[in-house]
Amino acid sequence: MTDAEREELRRHGILLTSLEELYNWGRSNSIWPLQFGLACCAIEMIAAATARFDIARFGAEIFRPSPRQADLMIVSGTVTKKMAPLVVRLWNQMPEPKYCIAMGACAISGGPFKQGYNVLKGIDRYIPVDIYIPGCPPRPEALLHGLTQLQAKIRGEHLAGPDQAQHLRPANPGELPIPDYGAHDLEPPHNPARFSPPSLPRKA
Amino acid sequence: MGAAAGPLVRAVHDEFHGDLLEVSMGPQHPSTHGVFRMVVTLDGERIVKLKPVFGYLHRNHEKIAEGTSYLGSMPYTDRLDYLCSMSNNWAYALAVEKLAGQPVPDRAQYLRVIMAELTRLVNHMCLVGFLFNDLGTSFTPLLYAFREREKILDLFESLSGSRMMCNYQRFGGCRVDPTPEWLAAASALVNNFPRFLDEYETMLTGNEIMLARTQGIGRLNAQQAINAGITGPGLRASGVDYDIRKVDGYGFYPRFDFRVPLGAHGDTYDRYMMRVLEMRESVKILQQAFRDLPAGPIMDPKAKLRGFRPKIGEAYGRLEGPKGELGFHLISDGSPNPYRYRVRPPSLINLTLLEEMSLGHTIADAVVILGSIDIVLGEVDR
Ligand code: SF4
Repeated sequence: MTDAEREELRRHGILLTSLEELYNWGRSNSIWPLQFGLACCAIEMIAAATARFDIARFGAEIFRPSPRQADLMIVSGTVTKKMAPLVVRLWNQMPEPKYCIAMGACAISGGPFKQGYNVLKGIDRYIPVDIYIPGCPPRPEALLHGLTQLQAKIRGEHLAGPDQAQHLRPANPGELPIPDYGAHDLEPPHNPARFSPPSLPRKA
Repeated sequence: MGAAAGPLVRAVHDEFHGDLLEVSMGPQHPSTHGVFRMVVTLDGERIVKLKPVFGYLHRNHEKIAEGTSYLGSMPYTDRLDYLCSMSNNWAYALAVEKLAGQPVPDRAQYLRVIMAELTRLVNHMCLVGFLFNDLGTSFTPLLYAFREREKILDLFESLSGSRMMCNYQRFGGCRVDPTPEWLAAASALVNNFPRFLDEYETMLTGNEIMLARTQGIGRLNAQQAINAGITGPGLRASGVDYDIRKVDGYGFYPRFDFRVPLGAHGDTYDRYMMRVLEMRESVKILQQAFRDLPAGPIMDPKAKLRGFRPKIGEAYGRLEGPKGELGFHLISDGSPNPYRYRVRPPSLINLTLLEEMSLGHTIADAVVILGSIDIVLGEVDR
């Protein structure tokens, strides 16, 4: 059926849709983020939930204090090496399907504190990040934009077939290894299955 | 496991009390105000021991600043106490100006007072909102506070280009001069602010639950507070008349007529009231500042920003931040970056008595006590 035909039917009050679309529509409009903030960016995340920006317009206002009830982790702020294992543990405690937004320069790459020995240079070393929101801190509108991008991503997921969504594949590990405090750094320094930056050839 | 020290809840045996329960609250917990952990030992419902654990947001601010030029550290000070970037800037500028003997023009002094007091309003509103969140009101007071905060942030944004990380002050003045429209808008906001405060207080101050949950909770007497080095509204709630704006008279504060409110009991309720009263005083200061704002340059013409190299020496600049004494200690060896850079953060020091304040109370009270101390973890850990 073409889109025009479907639109014609809709005008007569008949909705034709697929299970996949309905399922994704429901999921994308009822995202429950984890109530969890790490640093400055978290204040902008709170601001996004207040009346002026009103994250409720996108159905994502139910910030859950427990990871068991959340399906979106907004990593808002600097992840230090002391905090990183705990962030991964929280991620592991969230049920599938789950998504991650890296909010702000710190969560993406360490940001202004990248030089710090105790600062993790990006949470994507351990957790698969769906949406990156640049900024220091990103404005609440930027977070809302990231959220709508995530919704678009969820709506495009497939329930079956060769490009089936990650969380539906049995082979996909739901739990990620939690790094340990090593002698000098986190062990391992990144999750090799998740994070494999290209090795840059250096001139001798 | 290895990562977090020990399980979340465990029974510990104490020969005097029998079976106690150790609960680890945080670092991810809605009421720890960020990544902060309290290891609480409970005898039934009562707290017999409380160990604060921090360092989850240790970002090497001081070390990074020692490898950066003096000007380059300015944006990092915004990210210390991320609710109060304007007054953090000023504290750092004060220290550097002392180090270099840098004068500041009159107009800039007034602008600094305006920014610092607006910041105090933002901080105190947020504190009250979060405190009530901890009391279980679920968001409403915070929504009101954030509504007003947005108005002030709009002013900050149109002036400095950023909502939270303002980075507005410079050594020897300020970065941009506000337009007459900006000043008119700011002055109108300040004149309207008491109306908001009245509304806020009608909703909160006489609230029965609030009174029951905060009066006599988390007491701190003057002696304890002084000995621990607590400053700011937390100290004044215990009845100690110590306000750096009055004691040091930095900036142009001696020119302003304002009162320093004092508490009597040093409990959580007094600490709340202190914030409300201070906001009213801030409004007075702001009104005077807008009235008297002189014309003139906002930057000392001889001030040097790039290639700034102060003489060998050391300086300590401090001010009355919204949370207490914020100080920067700088040692210069004549190079473009400080040899030693040290922050004296009010949040960390105010936190040191958390255990004393919480002993004997329930864990729900500890949450409220922590809320009334007013901490921002960016400043605690740096
Ligand atoms: S990105 Fe900037 S605002 Fe966000 S946590 Fe990092 S330093 Fe703070």
